[in-house]
Amino acid sequence: MPSASAAFASADAGNILMLDKSSEQALIEMHGVCRSFPKGRGEDLLVLEKVDLTIRAGEIVGLLGRSGSGKSTLLRIIAGLVAPSSGDAKCRGETIISPPNGIAMVFQSFALFPWLTVLQNVELGLEALGVESGERRKRALAAIDLIGLDGFESAFPKELSGGMRQRVGFARALVVHPDLLLMDEPFSALDVLTAETLRTDLVDLWVEGRLPIKSVLMVTHNIEEAVLMCDRILVFSSNPGRVAAEIKVDMPHPRNRLDPAFRQLVDSIYARMTKRPEPKVMPLDGIPGTGVGMVLRHVSSNVLSGLIETLAAPPYDGHADLPVLASQLQFEADEIFHLGESLQLLRFAQLSEGDLTLTEAGRRFANLETDARKKLFAQHLIDHVPVMGLVRRVLDERPSHTAPAARFRNELEDYMSEEDADETLKTIVSWGRYAELFAYDEHSETFSLENPG
Amino acid sequence: MTLQDIRTAPLGQVLRPNVWDVVAIILVIGAMVLIVYGGEQTTEPLSELQASPVSLDPANLPLYALRTTMRMLLAIVCSTIFTFVYAAVAAKSRRAEIVLIPLLDILQSVPILGFLTFTVVFFMNLFPGRVLGAELACVFAIFTSQAWNMTFSMYQSIRNVPKDLEEASQSFHLSPWQRFWRLDVPFAMPGLIWNAMMSMSGGWFFVVASEAITVGNTTVTLPGIGSYVALAIENRNLAAIGFALLTMFLVIIAYDQLLFRPIVAWADKFRFEQTASGNVPESWMLDLFRRTRALRALSYPFSAINRAFSNLHVQLPAALRWQADRGAPSRVFDAIWFVVIGASTGYAAWRAYLYLSTNLSPSDVATAFVSGLVTLARVAVLIALATLLWVPIGVWIGLRPKLAERIQPLAQFLAAFPANLAFPVFVVFIVHFHLNANIWLSPLMILGTQWYILFNVIAGASAFPSDLREAASSFHLRGWRWWIKVVLPGIFPYYVTGAITASGGSWNASIVAEVASWGDTHLTAKGLGSYIASATEAGDYPRVVLGIAIMCVLVTLFNRLVWRPLYAFGERRLRLG
Ligand SMILES: Nc1ncnc2c1ncn2[C@@H]1O[C@H](COP(=O)(O)OP(=O)(O)O)[C@@H](O)[C@H]1O
Ligand SMILES: [Mg+2]
Repeated sequence: MPSASAAFASADAGNILMLDKSSEQALIEMHGVCRSFPKGRGEDLLVLEKVDLTIRAGEIVGLLGRSGSGKSTLLRIIAGLVAPSSGDAKCRGETIISPPNGIAMVFQSFALFPWLTVLQNVELGLEALGVESGERRKRALAAIDLIGLDGFESAFPKELSGGMRQRVGFARALVVHPDLLLMDEPFSALDVLTAETLRTDLVDLWVEGRLPIKSVLMVTHNIEEAVLMCDRILVFSSNPGRVAAEIKVDMPHPRNRLDPAFRQLVDSIYARMTKRPEPKVMPLDGIPGTGVGMVLRHVSSNVLSGLIETLAAPPYDGHADLPVLASQLQFEADEIFHLGESLQLLRFAQLSEGDLTLTEAGRRFANLETDARKKLFAQHLIDHVPVMGLVRRVLDERPSHTAPAARFRNELEDYMSEEDADETLKTIVSWGRYAELFAYDEHSETFSLENPG
Repeated sequence: MTLQDIRTAPLGQVLRPNVWDVVAIILVIGAMVLIVYGGEQTTEPLSELQASPVSLDPANLPLYALRTTMRMLLAIVCSTIFTFVYAAVAAKSRRAEIVLIPLLDILQSVPILGFLTFTVVFFMNLFPGRVLGAELACVFAIFTSQAWNMTFSMYQSIRNVPKDLEEASQSFHLSPWQRFWRLDVPFAMPGLIWNAMMSMSGGWFFVVASEAITVGNTTVTLPGIGSYVALAIENRNLAAIGFALLTMFLVIIAYDQLLFRPIVAWADKFRFEQTASGNVPESWMLDLFRRTRALRALSYPFSAINRAFSNLHVQLPAALRWQADRGAPSRVFDAIWFVVIGASTGYAAWRAYLYLSTNLSPSDVATAFVSGLVTLARVAVLIALATLLWVPIGVWIGLRPKLAERIQPLAQFLAAFPANLAFPVFVVFIVHFHLNANIWLSPLMILGTQWYILFNVIAGASAFPSDLREAASSFHLRGWRWWIKVVLPGIFPYYVTGAITASGGSWNASIVAEVASWGDTHLTAKGLGSYIASATEAGDYPRVVLGIAIMCVLVTLFNRLVWRPLYAFGERRLRLG
């Protein structure tokens, strides 16, 4: 059996030749790409707005943004799985209408066929291309070898650990020798250590030129991951998603997370991502009835009070750097953003330039007993979260002091997608219950004023 | 699985047979001989049936059992082929789906035995004077009892293929044909096999009921266990009925051990779960085959063919091909399609009305409808009684894992056992004690179907999370509170599944259960089943059609108004985990 590197040697040679030729022509070129999805009542939810993007040979490009900002949608447009609503997306100069040749994808959920062995999974893409069986076996074994899966050829995916499964995902994508490798949050379903091993393995192979690919586009919401792996980072803004900034990373591989230059870049991206508050539907003037359309991300009140306590206590004393806080509390960048935003919405903290600062009310909250905390929380909910005020007002006004959830869901869906409305409703219920503003019955899906017995 | 073995095992060793090969080869050859033998019989002319009529000699029983089993096998093959085509078309084409799925839903509630009248005539005309026509009619009857739920299961699986796997197969350029065989079919496999098993269980009932059919003045008796029993009834031979029961018992066990257990064990790899589970189904038969060397080597070409087959370049019609999701489909075609559907529906309704109105009067409809209500009452009462009996027993068994493990196969076996073989025993009893047929024939309807309630409840109780049980006991929940608050909600979805199957089966069984005879003694219970049965015997087609139509409507309404809401409620509120 030929060794892995030998099997790929010819591919590498080919790559280098092609690299020169194709350096003028971009691999992927997108201009003014928009995409919207239908939501209820004939309206559309605009997910991507006027995205321009170019990917050339020889680079690892990162797409960094918060969850729900449309990164996966953009990736799927490039993969030919979703069509843009307007604008044009081209692969090697040709408009993408179906999955283009020479693009392979690695999935967050691995997307392995559980009834096929590792070898069969890896061979699948080659079978689809009609590669003859001897060649197929040779290439599959070489890819398995390269990605460190030796000895697992006949194992079924369910017998493997998460990290090994994602290696199969990589081998399956690499074996077709794609020009562009698309990766949708490939490490986020893995535990911290496994993810790090896989990242460094991949970067090493890339640097050594042993990967039979020309470019990589990877989606992530993890800032450090982007800085660790990418040559160029596109920062995505949300609602609707567009490219807000482009950052070149010139540090040589392998990069060191503790390197001051590395830290500085991570901090500056954090700052950039918090400085630009998302243009939400809600105007912040708080006129009753207008801010109802705000999407409330579900964050448990327990976590919120925990975070306030942590912030109030030393060493932070009411002021913390988000990346530091995130790593100490083991949160993803994305999660810490949501938490910070919720605190800011409730006026318990202030978010700016990657920092989280407790407000006066926040400090007070930290020092109160449970019951008093609930009262303060309730007060802030009514004052600063319009939809909570709405629910409370409707319940007060109705003679029965009850209202079906559908009453509010319908109103929410005027402003947001069904999923968002669901999440917002869930948040309303959980915050409202904690603050003892109202009761909610899951069975009948009704809000009421009576205290649950 | 096999690929790795090819690579590691030296070639010479692969081909040298071992002891297990001998056993397995005998089994395989035996099966082939039996199939060929059974097949030869079906091409005989019809007069052959008269020349060598069914006899009550128990020595003939193995042969009859073979013929009956062959019909079952043929039917399950047909059902599988039908399932693949129908489910695939319904799942892939939105326009076809609009028609095919409601159609399937209605077909599911058509009383198959009432249908027999038409199919026998149809198939006999197709092969005049040949046994084949009658055989096909019988196979068709079994097919109609098996196909629908298998098709539903496959359709639902294809619709629920995980999105990431779907995207993976698209982005790796699998052709629609490859995708179907590599993704859709394997993903649908566990559900399909489970439903095929359920179908087989139901099928025995119908094969037995449809082997001896009288339509007007034609009587066709196909050699088989069903006609053996029919003859035994005519001759009032209780011993022969005992032999038939014993034979059936053995046949079902053999079927389960030699066919289904190996398939279930083999299909375990298709279960869609990401972690290896400790509870792997086993089959000595499959182990036997896995231990044979030469036979396994024989299977390699098969897996190669299988692979080549799924890699064929097959162009599917454009309608079935996947396209990137690109907004709304053409409205014009939709409009045309709806007009076509509307027109054909209207035409069918008009023809049905013409046919029935020239032959029937409104009072006929009223009579049939009242009979329908009587049968409805019977089904409702019987299901309620069976519930009262089997739910507590099922829970009791299900909460004792050791016991459940032993009882569960028994309950499944009882569900598979064709209850109509046991009818004569009841009839003898009723005749002997001069009981009221209207009341005492009723239990026959649920005799074979009550087991679905039992084994679903056992399954539900076994799946009941032990932490919830512990929590309940730590809160000192006991007595009726424990039942109402803890157990019943937990098993509810399972119970409803069982009860739906049981009630559907009971409707069907009413056609054979509301009329029964023992020699010259005929017992009849008033109801829609006996209405259809007597119309069939008299060759009165309009009344058969009317009876079937009313049964269809009642079953559908009962499902929509009672079972569906209950099921939805159970799924929404009470599903654990
Ligand atoms: N097929 C779809 N139909 C409707 N809405 C969708 C669909 N796909 C994505 N969305 C919506 O688009 C938004 C962006 O989704 P996605 O691209 O997955 O974001 P990200 O990957 O950045 O988290 C989300 O609000 C999501 O609800
Ligand atoms: Mg995503």
